[in-house]
Amino acid sequence: MRSRLIRAIGPELLRDIAALAAGILIVGASFGAIATAEGVPWWQSTAMSALVFAGASQFATLGIMTTGGGVLAGVAAGLILNMRHIPYGMAVGGLYWTSLRSKLLGTHLLLDQSTAFALAAGGDRRRARIAFWTVGVVMFAVWNIGTVLGAVAGRFIADPAALGLDAALPVILLSLVLPALRDRDTLLAGLAGTAIALVASLFLPAGVPVLLALLGLAVMWRGTGSKKREAAS
Amino acid sequence: MNWIEVAVLAVGTFLIRLSGPLLRGRISVSEETEEFLKRGATVVLVALVATSSVMSENQWAGWALPAGVAVGGVLAWRRAPLAVVVVAAAATTALLRLAGIE
Repeated sequence: MRSRLIRAIGPELLRDIAALAAGILIVGASFGAIATAEGVPWWQSTAMSALVFAGASQFATLGIMTTGGGVLAGVAAGLILNMRHIPYGMAVGGLYWTSLRSKLLGTHLLLDQSTAFALAAGGDRRRARIAFWTVGVVMFAVWNIGTVLGAVAGRFIADPAALGLDAALPVILLSLVLPALRDRDTLLAGLAGTAIALVASLFLPAGVPVLLALLGLAVMWRGTGSKKREAAS
Repeated sequence: MNWIEVAVLAVGTFLIRLSGPLLRGRISVSEETEEFLKRGATVVLVALVATSSVMSENQWAGWALPAGVAVGGVLAWRRAPLAVVVVAAAATTALLRLAGIE
């Protein structure tokens, strides 16, 4: 039964997910360790990882609240960071929008990584669905195991920055979106959006700039419009 | 930190995650729209990669981080396996930091 599962998922996808899982395990451990160092009991940081399940927002909320930024500021920062899940859900939500159970579970497993892996499957819906669920379930497991380990073993866990993990994690997302960027319109929209996001990140709270990147889609719009005009003339 | 904060963040995040498919349900999803929505998510991911490569807590992240991402990006562009890409990116950043280059 296990080998059948592995065959259905595919060894290549599993290998890619293993690289991601190792990184997320250590980042989860660092979240648990930092929370413990700030005096948060282990069961509370674990509950946060299981119920919120959005790494960047967990770090942000924890950081703001433990430095005395206040509850409202902490929660607001976390929620703003998570707004990027709206365009993700619009793009890949169809993959899990079937039974009620699938809708609820799929919603909780909507992540940067599950979205990127699903998009990387291209037009093959079956592959996209397998990628989305496998990545989501594996991420949920390693993120929570990591949090418990970090919260309990704390200082014995390696520092993610010293390991260069802050470079490894964006690079995984980059690898997954690269094939889509071979399409010229998507590349132009991505470049324009990134420029907007980088400028915006100088003065707007984290989470808003990546949403403003959607304005980059306007470039593509004009692009197809001019193409149509060319075709007409 | 207490339970209320965890609960508010958890419920809020779930509702945000839920709103994408619900919004999508209100607009007809033609093949063109589907492509457009996928492009939107791709653009957000690209911007996320870029901002998280150069900014750390609303500040310039230093050279080690973008250098590692760039090395990984070039390898990914040349279609190296993901594990190779990840290790190369992490090693570049880690070694630069070890050498004292932030």
